[in-house]
Amino acid sequence: MRIVFKTDYMQDIRPWKDRYQLSLYLILLAVVFAAPWVLDVFYLGELTNVLIWAIAGMGLMVLTGHTGQASLGHAAFLAFGCYSNVILLEAGVPFILAFPLAGVITGIIGALVAIPALRLHGIYLAIFTLAMSILVDDIIVLTEPWSGGVSGKYIAGIDLFGLTIDRWGTPMLFYWLVLAVTVIVTLGYINLLRSPLGRSFIAVRDSEVSAQAMGVDIARTKTISFGLSCMVTGWAGAFMGLFAGAFNNETFSVVISIELLMMIVIGGLGSIHGAFFGAIIIGFLPQFLSIAKEYVGAVFGGSTVAIPGLEFGIFGMILIAFILFEPMGIYGRWLKIRTFFELFPFYRKDMFKRQKSYLKTERLR
Amino acid sequence: MSLLEIENVTLKFGGLTAVDNLSFSVEEGEVFAIVGPNGAGKSTVFNLISRFYDPYAGSIRFDGHNLLEVKPSGVAAYGVARTFQNIELFEHATVLQNLLVGRHRHRRTNLFSEILFTPSARRQELENREKVEEVIDFLDLQAYRDKMIAGLPYGVRKVVEVARALATDPKLLLLDEPASGLSVEETTDMRWWIDDIRRQMGITVLMVEHDMGLVSGVSDRVLAMADGAKLALGTPAEVQSHPAVIEAYLGKAS
Repeated sequence: MRIVFKTDYMQDIRPWKDRYQLSLYLILLAVVFAAPWVLDVFYLGELTNVLIWAIAGMGLMVLTGHTGQASLGHAAFLAFGCYSNVILLEAGVPFILAFPLAGVITGIIGALVAIPALRLHGIYLAIFTLAMSILVDDIIVLTEPWSGGVSGKYIAGIDLFGLTIDRWGTPMLFYWLVLAVTVIVTLGYINLLRSPLGRSFIAVRDSEVSAQAMGVDIARTKTISFGLSCMVTGWAGAFMGLFAGAFNNETFSVVISIELLMMIVIGGLGSIHGAFFGAIIIGFLPQFLSIAKEYVGAVFGGSTVAIPGLEFGIFGMILIAFILFEPMGIYGRWLKIRTFFELFPFYRKDMFKRQKSYLKTERLR
Repeated sequence: MSLLEIENVTLKFGGLTAVDNLSFSVEEGEVFAIVGPNGAGKSTVFNLISRFYDPYAGSIRFDGHNLLEVKPSGVAAYGVARTFQNIELFEHATVLQNLLVGRHRHRRTNLFSEILFTPSARRQELENREKVEEVIDFLDLQAYRDKMIAGLPYGVRKVVEVARALATDPKLLLLDEPASGLSVEETTDMRWWIDDIRRQMGITVLMVEHDMGLVSGVSDRVLAMADGAKLALGTPAEVQSHPAVIEAYLGKAS
């Protein structure tokens, strides 16, 4: 049983609870930093993919997990980020500028989209953003002179500080680049959550009326949340483009949007950890399935032919299982396990049980 | 000049007149209660002051400012804080986070200094925390500081809502049925707190309440309403014995 004694307000303001927790995270960081020397090229690529999905997940988490605005259209912002990055690179803008700009452009587009979306709630907002995700396919085809339309675009390596970073040629450098951005985004996210803006996001999520009564401007807060979310998603999109090397109007389909939303739900809504846990599931599930299929095939003597839709079927089942049995996602389960050991032997089964909520004031909409 | 001046305010929902040509003013430093049967328009008056509704006619002035010119989120900036009849806390946040949201109107940092968590942002957080701790001490919420609202009992939630309103450092506190659903003991606590809020903190209190014991115990003046209109205004004793009030509550002897 570990008890943290609080003697200073800074202990609550600091992102870590105590030195023990800080050292755990530093060890984790050291391990992922050293990963390229241990893993082979294939698994390094997979790990890079997981980190890119984690960035995208954090982007959506700001909006859906913390501001409570469900978006089924984030693939559109992945596409905006990807295309603006590549188009800027092709225009001769160096990567060090093009990459941040790609995110900023996507963020501005996101904030503009937020203005009509502000009047929508819940399922209507989800449908609105879903429509956007479908629209972006056509936008890419229609803007063929810039976007390359159906034939798509290619991107080889990029130059950064005199180094050529290429997903295939120098996978280690690409991995570290993605890792650096992941760490920066995560730190920014942590800072956001411990400052007034992050708390106003949570306020808007849980009760718009009382957020307003506390002086939180709902429209402004939602717009900022959309902007930040889309900016981070845009960066993830830029990386996805670099990772894939080639992409066209069908790369960022609605399916990606749905996958992204499913990912953060499975990971655990409303926590940074959730974005990472979800990304690990979504990144390694295809590999896990193909390995599992070989074993199953060997045991039962079945064939190892690909079963169409298997991945999505399994993914859907995982999602249903989580919503039924662990609505807080993997992070919620992790919290329970951690609390069990921290409080051993005093953990009770109902510790995390929620009380039924009471009648809410009639929503003033 | 009074702190809050409501003049000839009328609000109609379609054919229903929810508030009918209502005028009253709240003086600085007093506890002012609004009573009346269900549907009298008491909470509607609160929602008008909070700017959730636009009045059909009339004016609402607070501390020399015309409240009708500001957005709903701008009311808090002038120093008006409120609680809700059916508890509107941020369920999936801790008590501490809820109270810190109350400090939002004192935010000086911007998006960039917060994402970088600059020393000024840290200083602001420390200041906010100190203010919030004062409120926690005042309302005896120490034991619940790091608890999620979703797991708290009703009585505590009620107190947390008052605490969140106090954390905004208001000039005027609007309490919408602070004692509804509370036990006798909790109601007594609430009574002393309202008294202390006025005496120690110097905050003017405007409350809607059904519990006449609480109303006559703490309030200086009482406004009785029925069907959106003013019935009587005066000291608790005056209002309780006013014939129109007795008629509204008990009906006319035939």
